[in-house]
Amino acid sequence: MTEPLLVVDGAGKRYGTRWACRGVNFQLHSGEMLAVVGESGSGKTTLLRLLAARLPCDEGRVLYRMRAESAAESGTLTDIAALSAARLRWLARTDWGYVEQHAHDGLRLNVSGGANVGERLMALGVRHYGRLRGEALEWMRRVELDTARIDDLPATYSGGMQRRLQIARNLVTRPRLVLMDEPTTGLDVSVQARLLDLLRKLTEELHLAAIIVTHDLGVARLLAQRTIVMRDGRVVEAGLTDRVLDDPQHPYTQLLVSSVLQP
Amino acid sequence: MTTPTNDSPTASGVHADHDYNFAFLDEHTKKTIRRTLLKAVAIPGYQVPFASREMPFAFGWGTGGVQVTASIIGRNDVLKVIDQGADDTTNAVNIRRFFTRMTGVRTTERTIEASIIQTRHRIPEAPLSEGQILVYQVPMPEPLFRLEPRRRETTELHALADYGLMSVRLYEDIAQLGAIARTYDYPVRVNGRYLMSPSPIPKFDNPKMHLNRALQLFGAGREKRIYAVPPYTTVESLDFEDHPFQVQRWQHACALCDAPDSFLDEVIVDNAGRRLFVCSDSDFCAGRRAAGWRGSGCPVEPLRSGGPDCKKSVP
Repeated sequence: MTEPLLVVDGAGKRYGTRWACRGVNFQLHSGEMLAVVGESGSGKTTLLRLLAARLPCDEGRVLYRMRAESAAESGTLTDIAALSAARLRWLARTDWGYVEQHAHDGLRLNVSGGANVGERLMALGVRHYGRLRGEALEWMRRVELDTARIDDLPATYSGGMQRRLQIARNLVTRPRLVLMDEPTTGLDVSVQARLLDLLRKLTEELHLAAIIVTHDLGVARLLAQRTIVMRDGRVVEAGLTDRVLDDPQHPYTQLLVSSVLQP
Repeated sequence: MTTPTNDSPTASGVHADHDYNFAFLDEHTKKTIRRTLLKAVAIPGYQVPFASREMPFAFGWGTGGVQVTASIIGRNDVLKVIDQGADDTTNAVNIRRFFTRMTGVRTTERTIEASIIQTRHRIPEAPLSEGQILVYQVPMPEPLFRLEPRRRETTELHALADYGLMSVRLYEDIAQLGAIARTYDYPVRVNGRYLMSPSPIPKFDNPKMHLNRALQLFGAGREKRIYAVPPYTTVESLDFEDHPFQVQRWQHACALCDAPDSFLDEVIVDNAGRRLFVCSDSDFCAGRRAAGWRGSGCPVEPLRSGGPDCKKSVP
């Protein structure tokens, strides 16, 4: 067994006296996908924001294995709360990806699709227009976007295209951990299916670790090896996705599974 | 320090006004601005906040530059004020008059004679020398303005030297328009660290900031920021390796002094729309004419197809 990439150790976040999520424990390895399911308001997105260091933990901690200096050694597991703002920003634009639920949070809507894909590279100091453009085209192809639309504003893209553009924009620096907040919500079924296919292909190719927040059990079933179920800020059940969905133990999970419509 | 020694009327016939403190501002204000300037010089390109004062004219008319000049001017200084390169334009004339009344110092139109040059929108064509100070009037000191509306966020971007955003803007220009479209207020990186707005000077003047021998001070009165480029500091204009920074060049030479490489203003001279191209730096142009240079004096035919006259060429 390899060492975990991400260790969540009793992480919790409180708003006033109310805990938005509390006592979350899990580990994530490279190449592994974890689904976080639960109804809205159950603390899924708050958890994701804790993992991305966008919110500080009020209790517990989140440990991330930094990239090793040389190939021989493995990186050290570091508490992200101890990292400087500069280091965190560097991580967030190289080693991590964050696919937002809303396009206007994850994309720059007033610059073209190509510029969106190239932004992370430019922040890292790439100063060659031709190369930036080449990378943008390459990634648009990989996420199956029409490359003829590279100079169009993302505001003119459809919802599914915006979602794929966000994915391209995040993957361009080859991150090791991608956090996705409801990646398929609001897309129609056929577009959803293509997006899921694409995500599965890309995570396999790039050996990504990913956490997918979703309320759609089908997405969890299709993509994630493991699933955790959240309710009222607590993890009520965790395990292999097939086990959790086929043999739910907790009453809430049983309710969740039984409320899915079977066509 | 309330009684100026220079009591004689100056060349413009304006008398020094004894009812005000020397250089209008009170000594405490001048002292705080000087302290701000020291910090600005110590951190090239960093925008230092300061308590900008109400001046006897409106924000947007050079209040920042005037406060900087008022804080550093002494009785032996020689002041030159230019607006768009010229000494005889409204803003320049008024500010020169203001300082003549408030300080009684000698003013000049000659770039090389001046110890302090306050400028709006240009850097003089004549090379500056050590000991000279160039004071810029800055409307918007934040180069990331329009890209990131939150001031708190831009401060953080500066702190982390996270300037990808500006490159995104330049990328977008090339993608949409084929070239970087910024022709003035072209963003620069100072001393390899801070992204800085050079104030709305044409990009033609950007290379003059690089390793300049003079001290360059920037004052933004409305935005309450001061920043500086010390002498011999590197100032690089942002660009891409395959789309290098270029300055404007003209097809014409100056119609008055025949200067082939100065920044030219386009002046419409008649109802037919014929245009005269003349140096924007009036002192530079007059100097060349005094040295015997003569331009064609001929206006240029109006544009028919609407294409720009300004040809781009390799720097």
